[in-house]
Amino acid sequence: MSLVKLLLLMSLALVMRAGAAVEIQRPRGVPLSKRQFYEEEKPFTCLDGSRTIPFDRVNDDYCDCKDGSDEPGTAACPNGSFHCTNAGFRPAFIPSSRINDGICDCCDTTDEYNSGATCQNTCRELGRKERESLQKMAEVTREGFMLKQQLIHEAKKGQEEKQVKLTEFQSTKKGLEEKVEALRTVKEIAEEPEKEAKERHLKAWEEQKELIRMEKDKARMAEAFLELDDDADGYVSVAELQSHPELDPDSDGSLTETETQGLLGGADKVDTTAFESVWSSIKGKYLLESQSDPPAPVETPQEEARDLGSDHDSDHYPEDYAGEDEDEEEDEEDDDPEEEEDKAPPTVRTPEKKEDDEMSMPPYDAETQGLVDAAQKARDDFDEAERALREVDDQIKSLEKEIGFDFGPSAEFAYLYSQCYELSTSEYVYRLCPFNRVSQKPKFGGSETNLGLWGQWAGPEDNIYAVMKYDHGTGCWQGPNRSTTVKLTCGKETVVTSTSEPSRCEYLMEFTTPAVCQEPPSLEEALHGHTEL
Amino acid sequence: DIIPFFHRMYLQLTLVLSISLGIIQAVDRSNFKTCEQSAFCSRQRALRPGQSSYRALLDTLELSDSRLTLQLLNNNNKVRLLLELYRLQGNITRVKINELKPIKPRYEVPDVLITDPPTEPMSVVAQDERGVVLSLGGVDRRLYVNAQPFRLDIMEGPKLVLSINSRGLLAFEQLRMRKDTNDQKDTEEAGKKEDTEKIEDKASEGEEQEMEVDQPGMWEETFKSHVDSKPNGPSSISLDFSLPGVEHVYGIPEHADSLRLKNTDGGDPYRLYNLDVFQYELFNPMALYGAVPVLLSHNTHRTTGLFWLNAAETWVDISSGQVGLCGRTDGSGEVPQTDVRWISESGIIDVFIMLGPRPADVFSQYASLTGTQAFPPLSSLAYHQSRWNYNDQEDVAAVDRGFDEHDIPYDFIWLDIEHTDGKRYFTWDKNNFPQPKDMLQGLMDKRRKMVTIVDPHIKVDSSYKIHSEIRSRGYYVKNKDGGDYEGWCWPGNAGYPDFTNPEMRTWWASMFAYDQYEGSMENLYTWNDMNEPSVFNGPEVTMLKDALHGPWEHRDVHNLYGLYVQMATAEGQIRRSGGLERPFVLSRSFFAGSQRYGAVWTGDNSAEWGHLKMSIPMCLSLGLVGISFCGADVGGFFKTPGTELLVRWYQAGAYQPFFRAHAHLDTPRREPWLFGPDNTALIREAVRQRYALLPYWYLQFYQAHRTGQPVMRPLWVEYPEDVTTFTIDDGYLIGRDLLVHPVTDEGSRGVTVYLPGNGEVWYDVHTFQRHDGALHLHIPVTMSTIPVFQRGGSIICRKNRIRRSSSCMENDPFTLYVALDPQGNAEGELYVDDGHTFKHETDRQFIHRRLRFTSNTLSSSDLSPDSQFPTASWVEKVVILGAQEPKAVTLTSSGGGESSVEFEFDPVTLVLTLRKPDVNAGVDWTLQLQ
Repeated sequence: MSLVKLLLLMSLALVMRAGAAVEIQRPRGVPLSKRQFYEEEKPFTCLDGSRTIPFDRVNDDYCDCKDGSDEPGTAACPNGSFHCTNAGFRPAFIPSSRINDGICDCCDTTDEYNSGATCQNTCRELGRKERESLQKMAEVTREGFMLKQQLIHEAKKGQEEKQVKLTEFQSTKKGLEEKVEALRTVKEIAEEPEKEAKERHLKAWEEQKELIRMEKDKARMAEAFLELDDDADGYVSVAELQSHPELDPDSDGSLTETETQGLLGGADKVDTTAFESVWSSIKGKYLLESQSDPPAPVETPQEEARDLGSDHDSDHYPEDYAGEDEDEEEDEEDDDPEEEEDKAPPTVRTPEKKEDDEMSMPPYDAETQGLVDAAQKARDDFDEAERALREVDDQIKSLEKEIGFDFGPSAEFAYLYSQCYELSTSEYVYRLCPFNRVSQKPKFGGSETNLGLWGQWAGPEDNIYAVMKYDHGTGCWQGPNRSTTVKLTCGKETVVTSTSEPSRCEYLMEFTTPAVCQEPPSLEEALHGHTEL
Repeated sequence: DIIPFFHRMYLQLTLVLSISLGIIQAVDRSNFKTCEQSAFCSRQRALRPGQSSYRALLDTLELSDSRLTLQLLNNNNKVRLLLELYRLQGNITRVKINELKPIKPRYEVPDVLITDPPTEPMSVVAQDERGVVLSLGGVDRRLYVNAQPFRLDIMEGPKLVLSINSRGLLAFEQLRMRKDTNDQKDTEEAGKKEDTEKIEDKASEGEEQEMEVDQPGMWEETFKSHVDSKPNGPSSISLDFSLPGVEHVYGIPEHADSLRLKNTDGGDPYRLYNLDVFQYELFNPMALYGAVPVLLSHNTHRTTGLFWLNAAETWVDISSGQVGLCGRTDGSGEVPQTDVRWISESGIIDVFIMLGPRPADVFSQYASLTGTQAFPPLSSLAYHQSRWNYNDQEDVAAVDRGFDEHDIPYDFIWLDIEHTDGKRYFTWDKNNFPQPKDMLQGLMDKRRKMVTIVDPHIKVDSSYKIHSEIRSRGYYVKNKDGGDYEGWCWPGNAGYPDFTNPEMRTWWASMFAYDQYEGSMENLYTWNDMNEPSVFNGPEVTMLKDALHGPWEHRDVHNLYGLYVQMATAEGQIRRSGGLERPFVLSRSFFAGSQRYGAVWTGDNSAEWGHLKMSIPMCLSLGLVGISFCGADVGGFFKTPGTELLVRWYQAGAYQPFFRAHAHLDTPRREPWLFGPDNTALIREAVRQRYALLPYWYLQFYQAHRTGQPVMRPLWVEYPEDVTTFTIDDGYLIGRDLLVHPVTDEGSRGVTVYLPGNGEVWYDVHTFQRHDGALHLHIPVTMSTIPVFQRGGSIICRKNRIRRSSSCMENDPFTLYVALDPQGNAEGELYVDDGHTFKHETDRQFIHRRLRFTSNTLSSSDLSPDSQFPTASWVEKVVILGAQEPKAVTLTSSGGGESSVEFEFDPVTLVLTLRKPDVNAGVDWTLQLQ
C-alpha cells in the first residue's frame, strides 16, 4: 500500500501532435477527453454527480464514487475503467480490475505500475503491425471491392439475361399452350372415326368368332354323342349316360337313374337331334372331365382387351406373366388400355392364344388401319407438344426461383448460385453449395452427411448479408438436426477458409468472397480513425 | 462423462433397434442389480430378525491393555469367530469380527486408515456367566458383552446408546471347500443342493442348518450375460445395529436421495457399489459412482457415527419405528428407534463406533481415523469452465478471450477425453492440440490453469508407451485365469492398471513428471473420471468380480479402486514439483479416505431442476463423511438447460465447494455469454460473488483440513437441538457463518428460508437487512436474488476487487464484514498463505488471525504466533452490521501508532462503514469505536 502512495498521482502523458511534444498532466487512467473534470486544487465531483470529495481522494486506492470515477487509475472500484494512451498504437479503456493484476494489458505498460510484472512497451510494434495489416486489408478490400463491382455488373447482366430468357420462355409457353390445345382437338377428331372403325372391326370379329365357336360346339357334341353312345345304336340311353358318374348334376357322387332321366329330358334315350338339348346341360361337366384343356373361354374379345390392359398394373393374373415373353418391355406398364390395344393388336397376345391359336383377330382392314394410324399420329403430336410445354414450364420455374433469390442488395452473391466450394481437412471434405446445401464427406470411406439446407441470411440487422444459415440437415443422436452457419468475409477469392463444430452438430464455416467487400475508405482515413495521434 | 458414446456406436450398429427404442431418457434399471438379483444380498436379507445363533464363549476372553478378544460360536454349524474389541482414542470403539480359523485369509481394507488407530486402556468392570462389562472411559461409559445370545450394548450411565446384534442379524458365511467339484453348474436355476457341509456337526445340533445348505448363487452367479465364477464360494457378512431414541440418520453416500436417509423396509436397501450409472434417477437407493460406508445418527442429545470398513459390495438396510421401552412397565410409552443393518459380500466385519456426542466430535473422530480434507490450492476453489469438449487450441483461446471480453473471472479451463490422441491418456491430439505448451503458457500469462482428463483405462496398443510399460511390468489387473483383464471403454479395448499395487501407484505417479507427460506444465492439473472402474461391456458397467488384484479378487477391493486412482494421481502431482506444490485432482469415484486426495463431483447429472435441487443433499451427505470438496456439474451434464435453470445453477454452484460448469458433447454451447446480456450479467454477478468470498472459502478449507469439520454443513450440525433443522436439505451452512438457500424452482417468486438459532440474528448479505433466528422467513426473489445470510456474531473477510482469476487477487485488500449479535459481539478468523504450496505445513508460512469485535472494539490478534507470512494485502474497509453510530473511530496498529479513521453510518440499515483503515492484514491492530 505504501508503494502505491509513493507513486505519482499524476501520470505524464506524452502527446505527439504536429511533430511537437506536449506534456499534459492528468490523473492516472483519465483520458484526455475527461481531463477537465479532474482539476487539482478543486474538490472532485463524481462524474455521476452523486457526491463531491476532496481531490486527494482521487486515485487514493479507495472507492468513494458509485460510478468509480474517483479511481480511474487504481483497481479500487468494481466498475471503473482505466485509460491507456498507448502512444504509437490505439488508445484503450480497460476495466479497473486489470490494473496491477500482473498481466500486461496496455501496450504502453501503464496498467502495471505496481504489480512487479515486467511489461515491455509494444505499442510501436503493434502500431506498425496494425498499419501493415490495415494496409493489406485495404488492399484486399480495394481489389475485392473492384471484383465485387464486376460481380454486380455480371449479376445485373445475368439477371437481365435471365429476365429476357424468362420472357422468351413465357411467350414460348403461351405458344405451346395454344399448340397443345390445337393438337388436343386434332387428336380428339382423329380418335372419333378410329374408335368407330375399331368397334366395327371388333364386332365383325365377334360375330365371326361366335360362328366358329358354334361350329366347334356342334362338332364336340357330335363327338360326345358318338362317345356316349356305347352301343353305337344312334341313341344315347339312360344306362349309357349312367356310366358317366362325372355328369352327376348334384355332384353327390352317384348318378341315379332319375337324375339321368332328368338329364335326358324324361326320355329313356335320345337321338342326335334330341341330344342337342341334353348336351347343353351336360357339356360343362362333360368337357371338364374329358378334356385336359380348359374349357373354351366365354369372355368376349372386348373384355379380353380390357383385361390385357389392366393386368399390367396388377398381379391378379400372374399366369399371364408366366406365359409372356421375357423381353416384354417394362415401360409399357403405365400405358392406358386403349393405347395398349392400339399398339399391340389383339392378335399378338391374348389369353386365348394358348388354346385357340386359330382364333386370333385378323388385322385391321386397310381403311381401319388408316384411321388408327392417323389417330396415333395425332396422339404422338399432342404428347410431344405437351412434353415441350412441361419443359418450358420447368425452365420458367427454375428461372423464377433463381430470380426470386435474395442475392444481396446488388445481386452480388448471384455468382455463387449453383456453384460448390470445398475444403479438405484431415478427416473430412466439407462442401458448401451456396443457396443450396452444406455437406461433409469422410475422406476415407463413408457416406456424405447433410450439414444443412439453405435457410436464410442471418447476419446482424445492420449487416444481414454477412452470415448464411443452413439448417434441417441430418439429425443427431439425442441432438438437433445438423445446421451450419457460414460467416462471409471480404476476400479476393471465393474460398471456404475454415470449418469447425463449436457445438455438437452445429457447424461454423468461414467463407471469403469479394461480394461482401465494402467500399474501402482511403488508407489515411483508416489509420486516422484508429489512433488518437 | 459416461457411456453415451458407446450407446451411439451401438445404436449406429443396430439402426433398426435405435429407431424402435427412440432416445434413452433415463437410467436403464435393468443394467443394475437389485438386492434380489444379488445372490448374497438376497441370501442375507432372507435372514429375519430373531434370536442370534451366536454366543460368546466367555472362557476364551483375553484382555490385553487395549484389546479384548473373545470367540463367538455359531450354535448351528459350530464355526467359531474371533471378536476383537478396541477402545480407541477420542471416544471410538472398534469392533472386529473375523473367522477364528479361515481356510484362507479374508480381505482387510488397507490404506484407508491413516494410522493404526491409537488405543486406550480398557478394563473389565464386572463379569459373570451371562456376560462381561468393560469400561470405555469417561465416568460411566460401559460396553456390555452379552454371552447368549451374543450382543454388545454401549451404555452411558443408564442410557443405552447403541446395541450390536440385538436383532440377531450377525451372519458370517465362513469360507469353505467346494464339496461337489464335479458339478460345476451351480447356477441360479439349478436350485438347492444337497447339504454336504459340516457333517461332523449334524449329530449335535442339527435343527437349523439352513445357512449350510448350498444356496443359489453361492458358487456361481449370472447377471445378464455375465458370469461371476466365485471360486471362493460364499463369503458374505452382516451385522445389525440398533440406535434407541434415534429418528434421523444420514450419510452412506453416494446416492441421489434426500439428506435424511429413508426407511428401506419394503424396498431395496441403500447400495454401496461404485458404478458408472448412465443418466441416474433421483430419489432412489441405487448405487452411484462412489461409496463411503459411514452412517451418522442424530437426535437432540447425541450424534454418533458408524464406520463400516469394508470395500466389497455393501447394502445398508434402515428401519426406523417406535419400540416399547424395554423392561419398563410404567407405560411411559414408546421411544423411536432406528435399526441399521450392513451386508457386505466379502472381507471381515470391522466397524468403528464413533460416540460423539456432538456433531463436531463425530467429525473429529472420523477424521482421526481416515484423515481430513486435502487443503486445496486456493485457485481450485474459484470457478472452473469445462465442457466435453473444447475442440482445439484455438477453441481454448477463444473461450479464454470470451471470459475477458465479458469480464467474468475464471481460473481453470478443462479438457475432456477428446483432447487425447485416440483416448490415450497422457497424450495430445496432434491435429487439435499440436502445441500444448504454447496453450498452457497462454493461460499462465493470464494467471490461469488447465485440467486434462486422465482415466484409468489404458488403450491396448503396443505402440502406446503407457500400455506397453504397464503390460511389461505386469501392472494390469488380471482375469481369473491369470491373463491381463481387458474391457471396453472410451479407447475401445483397454487394460486396467492394478492401482491396489503400491509399486504400480508409484510408477503411475512418475508418469506425471514434466518429462514423462509431454506437453504438461506446472499449471496443468488432473481429472480422474471412469474410475469406478467403468467397463462398458462388464457386469453393471464395471469389472468382473473374479478379476484379480494380486491375491485378492476384484470383489474384495472394488469400492477402493477409485480412491487408489486419485491417490496415485495426486501423488504424481506432488512429486513433479519436488514435493512443493499442492495437487489438484478431481475424481468421480471415491471411498472413505478419498478426502485426502482432492475433489469429487456428483457425476453425470442432467440439466433438470430436480438435479439442481439434488446437488445440495448429495454434497451435504459427502461433507458429513469427510469429503468436503464436492460439487455438481453446473448447468447439468446431460441435456440442455433452459436459461433460467442455467442462471439458477450458477447462483447455486457459486455457493458450493467445487464450482465447475460442465456439459455433454452433444449439447449446444453454453459459455456464460451466450444467453444475452441480461443473463450474462446474472452469471457474471454469481461468479463474482464467489470470487469475493474466496478468502472465506479458503479459511473453511483450512479448518476442514485441520479439524475434519465439513465445509458445507446441514443446519443440524450447528443447531443440533433444533429438530426443525433435522430434515432441511434445501438450505445449508458454509462453515458456521453463512447460510445459503439457493433458488431451485422454476419461475420462483419467493423462497421460504429457515433461519435457525433462538435469540440469534441473521443479516442478508446483499441488503444487510437483519432477521431474527428460529423462524421461517419468506423472501421474495427475482432472477438476481441469491438468498445468503451472515450469522450475527460472525466476521467474514471478503476481497471485493474481482479480477480475471484468483491469482490476480492475491495482493488485494480485504473488506471485513462484522455482523453483530444481539449482544454487540462478533468473531471471525482470517487465514492467508501463498495459496499453492505446502510451505504452510513445512515452513509454517501462513497468517492465521482472530478477529474479534467486543466492547465497541474490533481487533486482530495472532492465532499462530509461531508462523509468519509476508502479505501485501491490507484492510481497505470494515462494514459493521447492526451497529450504532460512533463519535469517532481510532486505529491502533503495532508499530503504526494511532490514527483516526473516517466512517459513514446509515441509520436506516444500521450499517457502519469504516473507510480505509489501511493496515496490513498480517499485523495486530485494534479499531476503537467511541
